[in-house]
Amino acid sequence: MNVKRSVFFWPLLAFTLVVCAFLIVPVGMSMLAGVTRNYFVGVSGGLTLDWVVKVWQDYRHTVLLSVQIAIACLACTLVLGVPAAYVLAHRSNGLTRAIEELLVMPVAVPGLATALALIVTYGGWGDFRRGWLFILVGHVLFTLPFMVRSVLAVLSSIDLRTLEEGARSLGAGFRQRFFGIVLPNCRSGIVAGALMVVTLSLGEFNMTLLLHTPLTPTLPVGLADAYASLRLEVGSAYTLIFFVIIIPLLVAMQWAAQPVRRAQAAAAQPPRA
Amino acid sequence: MSGIPIRVSRCSKTFADGTRALSPIDLDIAAGETIVLLGPSGCGKTTTLRIIAGLEAPDADGKVLFDNVDVTAIPIEKRNVGMVFQSYALFPNLSVEGNIGYGLKVRGMPPAQRQGRVQEMLAMMRLEPFAHRHIDQLSGGQRQRVALARALAPRPRVLLLDEPLTALDAKLREDLRVDIDRLLRSLNVTTVYVTHDQAEAMALGDRIAVMDHGRIAQVGAPEEIYFNPIDDFVAGFVGTMNRVRGEMREGRLQIGVGTTPGGAAGEDLPDAARSELLFRPEDVLLVDAAAAQFSGQLISAFFLGDHTRLVIDIGAEQTITARVPRRAMLRAGAIVHCALEPHALLRLPRKESFS
Repeated sequence: MNVKRSVFFWPLLAFTLVVCAFLIVPVGMSMLAGVTRNYFVGVSGGLTLDWVVKVWQDYRHTVLLSVQIAIACLACTLVLGVPAAYVLAHRSNGLTRAIEELLVMPVAVPGLATALALIVTYGGWGDFRRGWLFILVGHVLFTLPFMVRSVLAVLSSIDLRTLEEGARSLGAGFRQRFFGIVLPNCRSGIVAGALMVVTLSLGEFNMTLLLHTPLTPTLPVGLADAYASLRLEVGSAYTLIFFVIIIPLLVAMQWAAQPVRRAQAAAAQPPRA
Repeated sequence: MSGIPIRVSRCSKTFADGTRALSPIDLDIAAGETIVLLGPSGCGKTTTLRIIAGLEAPDADGKVLFDNVDVTAIPIEKRNVGMVFQSYALFPNLSVEGNIGYGLKVRGMPPAQRQGRVQEMLAMMRLEPFAHRHIDQLSGGQRQRVALARALAPRPRVLLLDEPLTALDAKLREDLRVDIDRLLRSLNVTTVYVTHDQAEAMALGDRIAVMDHGRIAQVGAPEEIYFNPIDDFVAGFVGTMNRVRGEMREGRLQIGVGTTPGGAAGEDLPDAARSELLFRPEDVLLVDAAAAQFSGQLISAFFLGDHTRLVIDIGAEQTITARVPRRAMLRAGAIVHCALEPHALLRLPRKESFS
């Protein structure tokens, strides 16, 4: 390519790289710290997976609980959020707009406040308060708007009403058109929403800190515990495990967010010989 | 596919916000007939179509009868109609085949039989090469044909088309109009076709219902609508119409009778409306000065290939349009002498328009 570059190109590139480094270096340092034998000696002291193994042995239950909650949270947001988005897409009036705004409240309100409200209200419900389901409720409250918004955005971009009228004219009842036409056509929104929900649930800390009990710590809660009370290498190894789980999800989320643009680009560019 | 008669009886439509989209209308459609609902946007033609389809319910008094059976309370899913939408409403998640077969699938037709019918429709619409394509890989004209095939695959009793060609460019529209015409003649299915394009209406309709402000102004064969418009609105909406204040006296057209040319035309006339003359541009002939019924000055001449359109100032601040076939080399400013074909002057049975 023979693009004439402006005089600002190199300074801008340098600035961008510096900013990227500022953000990425700490992440890299943290991951590296998790595999050094002794962080204060540095890499020259040798690398080891001992810390990772130790974290897995001691905190495996937090990782598994987090995954369990994330999956359950995804199931709940799918069952609640997709039909909610469908109804919101169909009826646009004052009431539905109010509902849409209310749904976003748990995102706007600090997690601690939401958690406190849940504890004040349901704190007396013994087993429920002590179990993982209590954390799940908080996570669903927090992630539901992301699912609804994501699906709603896709439903608003297609002419849902006419598509359904088309299906109805062909004899399709509600069930047939919901599962045969509506769901497949908002698939990209559902996938993007699902990845968002899982990612947010896995990383949720604010609310979970108050909602959990010593018997139900999630991954981020365990992480905070490790940072506070154990060697730096252990906390870093824990972070490493978290990254291994979360980064593929983040990449998938980016990938799912723009299927249309990718398809168009693929169509526009003939395969090169 | 054999058509059924449809009767629309006293159907009016008032929307929730109080706007009256449709005054009570009555319309009888014969079995196998193609009727075109023609009118400007907002005239109620689409609302009428949607009431026939079952997508809208008429106000309390209204009834829709298919084959003499009241279907007013039956939802569209159970009316067995085929519908083509302006935006086509094809399912982006399904292939061409999947779209065409959808109506058969939801009706529970076994796959083997379904496949046969889909192949039949693909062949009829010349879509075989595209059977496995996705909708976003089709051109506008191809999408239109898929929409028609999808609507016809379940062998509907009634075919409803809502501005099916509006989204296409002019050339394609003309080609598809021919296709649709041939198709409707061969299928003999009762068809209601909504359009704002009078050429489309003329070409496709066995009868045309011209609609205006939520009413049916006139129903009739295309020739009838064109040559015998019932009122001002129909006369003006279908084709081009010249309106001249004046009178035909002793074979001469007296422009702005009772006034001096160029004077305050019309004011001195006893009843301006009564002396308004209506005639079509193609009924104006260019003649010699001796045979002229009236003369005027040419304002502009548009050469349009198969004919030339002339705009002529005939005095008293009035202009007419003439459509002449000859390759007359006419320049703006020239004086032209005109005569009207015998029977060119139209009479409107109804003086008042709805508006």
